[in-house]
Amino acid sequence: MNLETLQTLLPFAAIEQKGNTYNLTVPGENLYEAASLLKKDGFDFLWDIIGMDYGDTLGVIYGLSSSAAPVVLLFLKTETSDKEAPKFDSVVDLWDSADLYEREVHDFFGICFANNPDMRRLFLRQDWRGFPLRKDYDANPELNPIPLGNENLADMETLPVLNIMNEDDKFEVHETVFDKSEYVVNFGPQHPATHGVLHLRVSLDGEIIRKMDPNFGYIHRGIEKMSEAYTYPQILHLTDRLDYLSGTINRHAVCLAVEKGLQMEVPERAHYIRTIIDELTRIASHLLGWGCMCMDMGSITAFVYGMRDREKIMDIFEETCGGRLMANYSVIGGVMADIPPNFQKKIKRFIPYMRKMLKEYHLLFTGNPIARGRMNGIGYLSREKAIALGATGPVGRASGWSNDTRKIEPYAAYAKAVFKEVLRSDGLTFDRYIIRLDEIEESLKILEQLTDNIPEGNYAAKTKAIIKLPEGEYFQRVEGARGEFCVYINSRGDKYPYRIKFRSPSMTLVNVLKAIVPGTKVADLIMLGGSLDYVIPCIDR
Amino acid sequence: MFHFKIVTDWIDEFLRTNLGEGWALLIEFILTGFAILALYAVLALILIWAERKVCAFFQCRLGPTRVGPWGLLQSVADMVKILLKEIIHLNHADLRLFRLASFLVIIASLCTFGAIPFDRGLHAVDFNMGVFYLLAISSLGVVGILLAGWSSNSKYTMIGAMRSGAQLISYELSCGLSLLTVVILSGTMQLSQIVEQQADGWFIFKGGVPAIIAFVIYLIAGHAETNRGPFDMPEAESELTAGYHTEYSGIQFGFFYLAEYMNMFIIAAIAATMFLGGWMPLHTPWEGVNTLMDYIPPVIWFFGKTFFCVFLALWVRWSFPRLRIDQLLKLEWKILMPISLLNILFMALWVLYL
Repeated sequence: MNLETLQTLLPFAAIEQKGNTYNLTVPGENLYEAASLLKKDGFDFLWDIIGMDYGDTLGVIYGLSSSAAPVVLLFLKTETSDKEAPKFDSVVDLWDSADLYEREVHDFFGICFANNPDMRRLFLRQDWRGFPLRKDYDANPELNPIPLGNENLADMETLPVLNIMNEDDKFEVHETVFDKSEYVVNFGPQHPATHGVLHLRVSLDGEIIRKMDPNFGYIHRGIEKMSEAYTYPQILHLTDRLDYLSGTINRHAVCLAVEKGLQMEVPERAHYIRTIIDELTRIASHLLGWGCMCMDMGSITAFVYGMRDREKIMDIFEETCGGRLMANYSVIGGVMADIPPNFQKKIKRFIPYMRKMLKEYHLLFTGNPIARGRMNGIGYLSREKAIALGATGPVGRASGWSNDTRKIEPYAAYAKAVFKEVLRSDGLTFDRYIIRLDEIEESLKILEQLTDNIPEGNYAAKTKAIIKLPEGEYFQRVEGARGEFCVYINSRGDKYPYRIKFRSPSMTLVNVLKAIVPGTKVADLIMLGGSLDYVIPCIDR
Repeated sequence: MFHFKIVTDWIDEFLRTNLGEGWALLIEFILTGFAILALYAVLALILIWAERKVCAFFQCRLGPTRVGPWGLLQSVADMVKILLKEIIHLNHADLRLFRLASFLVIIASLCTFGAIPFDRGLHAVDFNMGVFYLLAISSLGVVGILLAGWSSNSKYTMIGAMRSGAQLISYELSCGLSLLTVVILSGTMQLSQIVEQQADGWFIFKGGVPAIIAFVIYLIAGHAETNRGPFDMPEAESELTAGYHTEYSGIQFGFFYLAEYMNMFIIAAIAATMFLGGWMPLHTPWEGVNTLMDYIPPVIWFFGKTFFCVFLALWVRWSFPRLRIDQLLKLEWKILMPISLLNILFMALWVLYL
């Protein structure tokens, strides 16, 4: 892929190149054409849609990548000056992942996507007034009072669609999510197996699931909006609270993005420490994911084993930086404090212990005939579907999609460690189960190589008291525990970002669940949810 | 060997000589009822404590330690708590059936409990067709579960109850068939007779291969009957929150809870009675060993064997994941039941030719 071929492919686009990143600006009416040409050209992975309020205009940025050449990143941008009824063509028929992304943009910016059959608001109430991420949003609580009574879900009965529009370009409600005759069961928002406050509405035929409709937003905190009023060091504290199980990894991503913008030289020691902490986080997260999946299948003992071993990592965190779940360790320019004296010793003691425990896990659960019988042949996700849905991380790799950001674009100290990207080909529940345990093994290898070689020197570079990012767009992707975590920062030279967007790897996983669950049984729904291992605060940013 | 028959016979004689026959019987009925109720409640508390401790050790924890020594009084405290809890009344529920359900479950389990021979003379209901009675009365519990699920007017309880109905009725078959295998071997259905017959060797040894097969099948099917993991589909915590008793609170929930634990005990007790000789001590061809074994009181033998079976159930419960409903039914209808049927034939041939 180079500039010329792109330009000949899209003659109407204005293209800028920066290394492996291409910025394409197209007029609104050419958007769908450009998208379908790019899709045909191999850009089969839509990793996010970023809504933008540029002040006078509203815009959308499509983040594209290709499974064949994942190092190339493409930002397809378009704008519209119509702020009353902004409208673009939907790309949901090109990329399955666009479904939720477009709903999110619609929810926060009021941009409609023609031909998307589901234009409900994703996070906010259906009757919410205003679009919160627009710059002129009125946050007056009188506009959106807190309801005090009981009420049914607004979209329980009706689902507005845009594909049939009347003369005034208005929504026409003509389709319902569920039929009146269907047996609809709510799983969540408070349910032992939804891993947080996720609300799944499931239509059942006896034990068999016909249809599933996820409902988000129960714990949405508006972190992206809050960040627009926070300085960069303040934003860091919010990142730990996105996907709280890979908090340090999220934080690392934001630090890297800001450091890139400041063109700051980060000491090698900090890179090593951050990498080690990231891998410890990954192990802890996979342990919890493994335990939760086993618990979802009814094996509570396995869950306790996972939690017990995760505790060892939490102890290392506690000694290093005081925090356990929210480590708050990386800062812009390095890490908060130097590692404690017996940091290396503790990790070296942990590695053989974890290896021994992995064997125990296999004895306890992997080989169990009931467990194998449950996971056998259920929840098939093909490689093509995984890419189309944007299921990064262990889930995509279990389907054979090589998408490990640590390999594609090595950041921090990953280039210095030898490790394997675990890939499986079947895309079944068992692959998603076993891949986490295999990844723990690979993470242990990374830890083994890095712990002894932490270079001497400063643990953090000196930063100015007030960090102002120069005007421009900054982007960083890292490999979170459940997939690619991306940060997009649009700065106008202030100490606050103009717009910050986090890519949630978990949101696509819920879409995966929606795709693979029809036809399976109630018990499988819970197990499949466990095998995808989504974290709700990551979705409800 | 000390049997409780001495004590119970003495009470009987004492009452009959001092009162008329009618009054004596009445007082005996009341005394037996109270004794069974008290034993039922106390055993349930012990079982709950035991389960928590055993499960804790499987999970590398300590379990309850604070209330009393080794947390022994924990279940007593829990009982007081559950008695004091508010019973929440549901809107749109069929309240009459809703209340009836928890009683049905506990009555079925209590009636079964009464038929268990703890010792010679410590046996409340001893019909000449005791095995039949056990099977019949224990399967009444499913009515309570179905009613609970239906009357709660909730979708979770409904799914739980339907699963429970399918599961209990299916596994009842294997349970019954494997008990019938023993009936063929012993030639009687009276539980006291069955135990007496095991004086020269427990049925699991005397019955050879078919008895061992029947024992294993009974343990699996019986475990499924108690609705406990890996067969806890009806309550399936991670799927249906609490299955058929989701909407129950306070002591009504306590009844289900009690019945669940006591059913586990009853299944274990029946397994011990039918296969492991009940209260009968281990008798071997060597006379010296037999005398030694006879020194251990029969009640201890009975509870020892029963708690061994309970431990097996807990072991399975805390190490296996849950089956799926179709796998569960497949296991019963395609594997356990054909084996049980063949096993009955096998046992008949065994009895005829050996």
